Amino acid sequence: MPVATKDVLRLATVGSVDDGKSTLIGRLLVDTRLLADDPLDAVAAASERRGVGDLDLSFVTDGLRAEREQGITIDVAYRYATTPTRKLVIADCPGHVQYTRNMATGSSTADLALVAIDVAAGLKEQTRRHLVIAALLGVRALVVAVNKMDTVEWSRDAYERVVREVGSLAATLGATSVVAVPVSALYGDNVVERSARAPWYEGPTVLEALESSDAGAWERSRGSRLPIQWVLRQPGGGRAYAGLVSGEALRVGDAVTLLPAGIETTIRAIHYGGRALDEAAVGLAADVELAHETDAGRGDLIATAPLPRVTRELEATVCWFGDDPLELTGGRLRLKHTSRTTAVRVRALEGRLDVGSLEVTDAPALSTNEIGLVRLACAEPLVVDDYREDRVTGSFVLVDAVTHATVAAGMVGRPPFATVRR
Amino acid sequence: MTALAPSPTSSGLDHLDALESHALYILREVVAECERPVLLFSGGKDSAVLLHLAAKAFAPQGLPFPVLHVDTGHNFPEVLDFRDRAAARLGARLLVARVQDSIDAGRVADPGALASRNRLQSVTLLDAIAEHGFDAAFGGARRDEDKARAKERVLSFRDEFGQWDPRRQRPELWRLYQGRVNPGEHVRAFPLSDWTELDVWQYVARERLDLPSIYFAHERPVVYRDGMWLAVGEYVEPRDGEVVEVRTVRFRTVGDATGTGAVLSSARTIDEVVAEVATATISERGATRGDDRFSETSMEDRKREGYF
Repeated sequence: MPVATKDVLRLATVGSVDDGKSTLIGRLLVDTRLLADDPLDAVAAASERRGVGDLDLSFVTDGLRAEREQGITIDVAYRYATTPTRKLVIADCPGHVQYTRNMATGSSTADLALVAIDVAAGLKEQTRRHLVIAALLGVRALVVAVNKMDTVEWSRDAYERVVREVGSLAATLGATSVVAVPVSALYGDNVVERSARAPWYEGPTVLEALESSDAGAWERSRGSRLPIQWVLRQPGGGRAYAGLVSGEALRVGDAVTLLPAGIETTIRAIHYGGRALDEAAVGLAADVELAHETDAGRGDLIATAPLPRVTRELEATVCWFGDDPLELTGGRLRLKHTSRTTAVRVRALEGRLDVGSLEVTDAPALSTNEIGLVRLACAEPLVVDDYREDRVTGSFVLVDAVTHATVAAGMVGRPPFATVRR
Repeated sequence: MTALAPSPTSSGLDHLDALESHALYILREVVAECERPVLLFSGGKDSAVLLHLAAKAFAPQGLPFPVLHVDTGHNFPEVLDFRDRAAARLGARLLVARVQDSIDAGRVADPGALASRNRLQSVTLLDAIAEHGFDAAFGGARRDEDKARAKERVLSFRDEFGQWDPRRQRPELWRLYQGRVNPGEHVRAFPLSDWTELDVWQYVARERLDLPSIYFAHERPVVYRDGMWLAVGEYVEPRDGEVVEVRTVRFRTVGDATGTGAVLSSARTIDEVVAEVATATISERGATRGDDRFSETSMEDRKREGYF
């Protein structure tokens, strides 16, 4: 085969409106020649029609009519890039406050955040907000493009001031890796091509930083998790349980517990697409057979030690997306966690997280795009880990029981960087 | 420092296994959450991959949903042959909704014998969804096809008019796909969202999938029109001044035969197509779809009306 297999890095863009996120992604795709000629011609034509110069690179990802008319990003655009070593899945996220939910959507599956900051403007409130949300959603690796360096004559002082500001916030938020790069996305300096304008900078270009990041390779030894999605009846009368493996790989012979029932058994066989396997890697949509007959079904979870906990009460952190505020007396909600959906009530609203001060203060309600700490009571038991331990068994969404709209992103546990003030 | 769970695609799986597993997961999730799913099948390469994945997701049982072809009436015969062959091999229940029936019933205006019926398909599709009471429709659309598609969720909510509203999409967090709808509404589900054209061909190569023969280089009479090579035949006649030439071509996409262009190619095998796609500098829609060339946002406009 002419094309080798590659690993996958998923990244989300972070930054305030007008700091140049979409231009940065456009520049990355154009300079790596990952964008085909005809969409590039279309970008040039659209730029001319709208009178924004020769080539407005933000039009590469801002594909909706309203986005081009208003010159902003409204919703996440997904773009795909293949470098010699990896496949990049890029979620270009909006910067405006009213589209925070779309930014959270993009971050929830990202390994790394690509942050754009206008060097002249510094770390804006909205960028802080995004960095906090990305950290809440478990994104721990940052590549920071300190952008528009051409507007400050490539001042090293200006660059380092921004790096210090971001570095201090990133450390507070628990980032594991922060790589800063001085760039001009508009002119292409240090995005793909190394710039001669900053001889004092010896670090990687943005593309090199993305190619060398090990953000995807999380270390973990917290047990295997297989939330059962579907039961496949076998020709001989047995049953196989299908789901996406998370946590650690699952092997034939592993001692497992079926939860919430608490039945102990072992993995008798693993199949994938009709093939028998000894081991199901993390991320594989495998189906497994258990040594004992059980009545397991969708919503149950197969786990190895250390086991997740079984609970109907959750302490959780939520990003509220609903148009109406989240209140104790609010509308009926359902909760979807792994493959289980259950009725849920908000028992207590323990406070609102101020993304500026990172303090949690009392609040009677959460408005759209606000983050709060809640206690929830579920109609059925859930099998959970803390979000910091497992992104799959630690995450849930809240759904309006009447309209079926998704109204909140939820994470089991408390963000370690929040301080509660009473 | 606290270690986090690996994200599902960053686990040492190669990219085809990661894409395949994600697609199987989406297929199972939608079938579990929705009452009456259907798989939209055009006979093109993406829907061929989708059908193959659906069979894998539910093996050893059969497909738990029917397969729907929205038939413009302007077909390549090789594609219809493939459609019937693929459905028969899997024992799938094949439904056909005909644009001609929508024209005969006065639901849409007849654009004329040789005009594209691509845009009319939305009405036929929405009528079929309503008639059968489908609440979820799987499609083979990919985000890398078009800038409006790049904005769409994996599960894309459609209101009772079948409309997509790009400003009011459901937030889609993690892999928590949420497919419930009220009566009359439905979701479109796109298990191939994160696949590129090259991924599709690499997967076709790995799985040795059967495809319509027009995806591989063959000799065919064509005319050059609007920057595209169109196959001369029942639905495309040469206009004054156009020269019919026999060229070696293949199709990169399959759509309404009046508006789907061929590309000059000598790729006669799957591996040769993979090599060709890996070095292509023109996108597949740019090269082959007359319907996407009308305006900057033609895909968005069609999608708002209920298009695939």
